[in-house]
Amino acid sequence: MAVDLRSRLGHVELPNPIMTASGCAGAGRELAQFMDVSRIGAFVTKSVMLGPRSGRPTPRMAETPSGMLNSIGLQGPGVDAFLQRDLPWLLSRGARTVVSIAGSTVAEYADLAARLSDGAGVTAIEVNLSCPNVEHRGQVFAASPEDSAAVIGAVRGQARYDLPVLAKLSPDVTDVAAIAKSCVSAGADGLSMINTALGMVIDTDTMRPQLASMTGGLSGPAIRPIAVRCIWQVREALPGVPIIGMGGVRTGQDALELILAGASMVSVGTTLFHDPSACVRILRELEEELSARGVERLADVIGLAQQPNAVTRTLSPTVRARRI
Amino acid sequence: MTQSDMPDAQAGPVQVRGTVLTVRRVDAYYAMTLVAPAVAARFRPGQFISLAVGGPDTSMMLSRAFFIHDVRADHGGTVEFVFAARGRGTQWLAERRARDVLDAVGPLGRPFPQPRDPANCLLIGGGYGSAPLFALATRLRERRCEVDFLLGGASGERVFGALTARRTARSATITTEDGSLGSRGLVTDMLDQVIHDGRTDVIYACGPMPMLRQVTVLARRYDIPVQVAAEEAMACGTGVCMTCVLPVIGSDGITRMTRSCVDGPVFRGEQVRWDDIGTIPFDAFGAPGWEPRAHRAQGRAGAAGPAPDGQPHAGDGDATAGGRADGAVTDRIAGNGKPKAVPIGRGRAARRLGHGG
Repeated sequence: MAVDLRSRLGHVELPNPIMTASGCAGAGRELAQFMDVSRIGAFVTKSVMLGPRSGRPTPRMAETPSGMLNSIGLQGPGVDAFLQRDLPWLLSRGARTVVSIAGSTVAEYADLAARLSDGAGVTAIEVNLSCPNVEHRGQVFAASPEDSAAVIGAVRGQARYDLPVLAKLSPDVTDVAAIAKSCVSAGADGLSMINTALGMVIDTDTMRPQLASMTGGLSGPAIRPIAVRCIWQVREALPGVPIIGMGGVRTGQDALELILAGASMVSVGTTLFHDPSACVRILRELEEELSARGVERLADVIGLAQQPNAVTRTLSPTVRARRI
Repeated sequence: MTQSDMPDAQAGPVQVRGTVLTVRRVDAYYAMTLVAPAVAARFRPGQFISLAVGGPDTSMMLSRAFFIHDVRADHGGTVEFVFAARGRGTQWLAERRARDVLDAVGPLGRPFPQPRDPANCLLIGGGYGSAPLFALATRLRERRCEVDFLLGGASGERVFGALTARRTARSATITTEDGSLGSRGLVTDMLDQVIHDGRTDVIYACGPMPMLRQVTVLARRYDIPVQVAAEEAMACGTGVCMTCVLPVIGSDGITRMTRSCVDGPVFRGEQVRWDDIGTIPFDAFGAPGWEPRAHRAQGRAGAAGPAPDGQPHAGDGDATAGGRADGAVTDRIAGNGKPKAVPIGRGRAARRLGHGG
């Protein structure tokens, strides 16, 4: 049985809900050697900044149980190179591109949104709020409802009216729903969650932190329960706002878990490091998982875990019979 | 990030399910042969393969990268690589048996450029870093090059391929730190003698970073071009994770934090700013406070002074030889027949070898 996998991001309809996670898929060319970038719902780029960035010193990563710690420092060539080389290439390959942007000040985010609004081939803008705010003692924007709202408001103001603006939220906050509400009030059309969780690894031989920058972002299946919890809480608080779920998705079943918690779309990140064609596999597996449960439309199961009565209504009679 | 584009799809790597043919112990190391015809068909010496480890429910999320030792035509095409079982991932690999299936991506990275004309080639390997040099030696001999080996390790059982080197090469010099095989010491101790004896035109090296650094320093004194295959820790091998970066000087004279997986692993030795590994050089592209200085980039050839670490930029004097094209080595070889007798300083050579990987 073919499942209707279409999903909506604001007014934009995507053919399926599987996307790459920012920073785990480069700018497209690397993964295009192993999969068709137009096959997945959308391609999310590595965060683009205004100018070139060298990133942080090495070692930049450490393997952790069911995950990894990274501290890349947003290395990249800047928005000019992105607009000249990467965006036209993604467009030529038929990819629906979500451009992730990062900045150190509200003005930088606004400039980036304006620059991207001129170019063809941008499907949506994802705002990486997990960057230190130089105007606020280096505290990350995502940690404060006011700072997050200031960035989202500025981006919404500069972005072309028909470009959905997505706020990427950090799990390292006390009340993720409060940040989410603040972003939506400021004009966010959708919410991406979760970014990596801050972590640390100490090498017991050298007796020093394993990463040159001491701490790093934890990703991979180790953080999936945190992602499920954050998605659940935000879906509960803002049932009408589309959520792009991410955090340790390795299989179609993992993707379904995030969808049941409330995600309309699911991004694949760390898994791409050992399986560069994982997005296409996970898309196939998700369709099989839905089909096996008698689900005809993806839209029917988004956030379904929060509606105990709806579960039985949605499922086909055979599956319902098995449950009862 | 460099300006290089990805290789086109035909020549690029493939993702395959490879069947284990054999896993065997070779002295202190393991050699695994994988049936992977598509990888074998695309292979060129210096390239590597990346493997997922631990099975479908693994807790190890990062792939493991290994230089390809050799490819063969049997079973449709096999790939062999050498590794030390040092961590949980490599231990798991060592426990694989025939007919087990592994997820593999390869061949990855830029291969060793080879001279167009016959030349005297010195191949230097530390530990099992020598593994990628044997396929290179075969290709070089096909081009009527003379091949000399200089291999080293902590002990005799940690010098990979000593016997093959002795059997196949014009000369093979072995050094071990404990003196259990060949002469006692480091490969760099024997380097000037081997260069003199073999009238070396070009050097290829693979092994631990300190060895590659020292080989580059010594080769520069003789004005011999050196190609190094660097092993930096990487999470993906395909160019997306940005963890395996090294400070590398581009052909435009600008230092960039360059991915060793897609823009390497083979670099010209003098391109790598060895003393700055583990840092972001202040003049690196995009470093904190960095500003585009077009005039400086354009007018730097000859005008720009050496970098603070004492390593000249590619724009200076004799370091300008060629780009990364296959002809680069031969460009450097011209006029290099007679090595200059330059005293070899000890510097920071006293580092341990044989710990590659």
